[in-house]
Amino acid sequence: MKRLEFAQVGEVMLHKKLENGLNVFVFPKPEFQKGYAFFATNYGGMDMRFCLNGQWHDTPAGVAHYLEHKMFDTEEGNALQDLAANGASPNAFTSNDITGYYFDSTEKFEENLRILLSFVSVPWFTQESVDKERGIIGQEIGMIEDDPHWKCYMNLMKALFQHHPIRVSVAGSVESIAEITPETLYACHKAFYDPANMVLCVAGPVDPEHICDVAREILPKEAGPIAAKDYGEKERPRVAQSYIEERMEVSAPIFQLGWKGDAPVNGEDRLRQELVGGLALEVLLGSSTPLYAKLYREGLINQEFGYSYESSFGCAFLAADGESKAPEAVCAAVAAEAARIGREGVDPALWERVKKGVYGNRVRGLNSFENLCVGQAQAFFAGYDFLRFAEIFDSITQKEVEALIVDWVTGERTALSVVRAKEET
Amino acid sequence: MSQVTRRELFPGVWLRTVHTNKFKSSYLSLTLMAPLDRGTAGANALIPSVLRRGTAVHPDMESLSAALDELYGGAIEPVVRKKGETQCVGFAASFLDDAYALKGEKILEPAAALLGELLLKPYTRDGHFCPDYTAGEKANLIDRIRAQINDKRTYATQRLTQEMCRYELFGVDKLGDEESVSALTPEGLWERYQRLLREAQVEVYYCGSAAPERVEEALKAALSALPVSEDRIDPDCEVRVTAGPEPILVEEAMDVTQGKLSLGFRTGGQTCWEKSFPALYLAVAVYGGTTLSKLFMNVREKLSLCYYASATLERMKGLVLVSSGIEFGKYQTAKDEILAQLEAVRRGEIEDWELEGSRRTLIGMCHATLDDQGRQEEFWLGQAAAGLEYGPEELAASLERVTREEVAQAARCLELDTVYFLKGKEV
Repeated sequence: MKRLEFAQVGEVMLHKKLENGLNVFVFPKPEFQKGYAFFATNYGGMDMRFCLNGQWHDTPAGVAHYLEHKMFDTEEGNALQDLAANGASPNAFTSNDITGYYFDSTEKFEENLRILLSFVSVPWFTQESVDKERGIIGQEIGMIEDDPHWKCYMNLMKALFQHHPIRVSVAGSVESIAEITPETLYACHKAFYDPANMVLCVAGPVDPEHICDVAREILPKEAGPIAAKDYGEKERPRVAQSYIEERMEVSAPIFQLGWKGDAPVNGEDRLRQELVGGLALEVLLGSSTPLYAKLYREGLINQEFGYSYESSFGCAFLAADGESKAPEAVCAAVAAEAARIGREGVDPALWERVKKGVYGNRVRGLNSFENLCVGQAQAFFAGYDFLRFAEIFDSITQKEVEALIVDWVTGERTALSVVRAKEET
Repeated sequence: MSQVTRRELFPGVWLRTVHTNKFKSSYLSLTLMAPLDRGTAGANALIPSVLRRGTAVHPDMESLSAALDELYGGAIEPVVRKKGETQCVGFAASFLDDAYALKGEKILEPAAALLGELLLKPYTRDGHFCPDYTAGEKANLIDRIRAQINDKRTYATQRLTQEMCRYELFGVDKLGDEESVSALTPEGLWERYQRLLREAQVEVYYCGSAAPERVEEALKAALSALPVSEDRIDPDCEVRVTAGPEPILVEEAMDVTQGKLSLGFRTGGQTCWEKSFPALYLAVAVYGGTTLSKLFMNVREKLSLCYYASATLERMKGLVLVSSGIEFGKYQTAKDEILAQLEAVRRGEIEDWELEGSRRTLIGMCHATLDDQGRQEEFWLGQAAAGLEYGPEELAASLERVTREEVAQAARCLELDTVYFLKGKEV
């Protein structure tokens, strides 16, 4: 296997592309008790339209997520129970971009890895089991629709983007999942669950070569065709609508503010944009900025305030969210601060501090195997290595960060989503 | 391997250290442990947030954030927890481990000093807490108390505990209640803070690459201004052995699309101090603690009655709390099935894979605790609150020995006390 050392952050990563096209990444961690394995496909909630063997498919919203639920079924029973019976904690998630299956366990790691690779690569759906799942997923959809934070986020997506599929909920709706049949699931599995479209990332006290051997043994021997995806035409910088509001049972208004960015290009530039975007938020409204202190002091934000740079294939944005009595005032204050930074620049002392702080935070984040493995899987699909951040981070300049603020934090790129309490009757 | 030590820094002030090179960060926490009480819960919960606003040296959030950024983006957060009937308030901090500082700087000493400064040198006005900070954090705490309603799953469990333990301290929420928080003044809060510093048992925790002696020295220096006190209180926990003659039913209606059904049981006096504890712990796991459990496999998977159904154990208080999300119309069916599954455990109708799977899961969790600084801290704080000394590995070893009959026996002691149902508003 190819060995990559990231000495500055004390990490080693081994990589091998197997004969069937599967990319395997291993982070050896001899001093830990538990091993963690993450097996992911480059297929997420927004991949609804795709082309396989020259034929275009339009699938209902929620298929990737439905598939994730049903993958645990095996001809013999249920893989979730097989893993749990070995003391592993298995789970899975579907994001806009990817679907990932994982477990961690302190015992029987190899046996668990075999189960994981097997159930994800061998589909087993029956009409009865697919129909039954509709009830469970319907309940899950009901539950997230009751969550005001989720509602606020989905509304922000609708406001920021004109047509990009990130506007559609990963789980779909009760109506959209009604159309899903075993055939839909088999077709999507065939299109995206090929080893050549997947990665396996493992961290723990493991033998890296042995991980590759297990993968060779369980998975198909050869790579198959991979579907091409379509997200529609390129998004314009302008938001679809600048304000969106919903009324739900909440104690205080909650808000999500978004600034639409340029769609990232795959490769290390994508990582660079993520780092620059993160730093931009830190110097604009981060917890050590004068703006944050002012908003907090004036009671316009509280401890719930958070912010992040988000990106998917074909879209990127900066987001800030929290609870506020006056979300519009928060939005206006950020706009004013961005304009000030455009005129006067960022305070150099703040820049130096923030850079040091963000760096330390990212390094601390490497404690988490999940962070390492999921991070590397996502990074690989986006064309870079997750741990390259330490070197790239060093080279980012204050000017670059200021330029992103000036470009992105503008009126036409801003959207505000608010969930307010229902009026008393 | 990591090495665990516990030593007394000052009377009633304890330091636990976990010495290990595994992590990129070092974890530091400081907890004041006080008896949970309706009269003081709100004030105690408010204190760390007000302290976190500013110190005599770093008078505002901006300068505190700047100090943390200088320490490579360290984080110090106010934390409020409840362990049995002990209210635990203080700070949890995570810093880059010294090994990864870019210029070889020491981070532990300045980090410990900052933690000590936050606890002991608050920003004051006229000899008490600054009115601005007090008012701001009061408003935040009240928002947090009100926001508990937003997450219906947690809310339903919280309401269940409130109703079930209305005459016990355990029924008091860790954040206190809106009314008592609203009534707090900077002067009153200051007085509570002074008492807490004198009367609370203090538990300090460190996990990282520094040797225990170095940690002890750093924290002794950082906490040297802590009042010397011989009367730090060791909080107690009342355990009610039996439920009432009939289960109490509480129903509430809200504008929700999914109903929440929660059931509260008494464990017949079985708690973490009993010899039977590992059996009870495993029994709750078999019943509803894992994805192999009877609640998950039958109520959720086989019958599709709920989106989720799980059981948790309050090990100091001797309660088992079942939480589920259901369609409104399925109230009776779901409740019957949840109780029927308990009956199966009581009768010892537990398949090998159910028993062994749950056992492996719990044992795996014990071992995995050693791989996570936050979970390890949570474990040791729980042990400190309960006055127990065994570590995660000893707990794992005791779980190995539990038999099927002991699991059934533990389940037979459960008595249904209260049922809480959150339903939709009728249109």
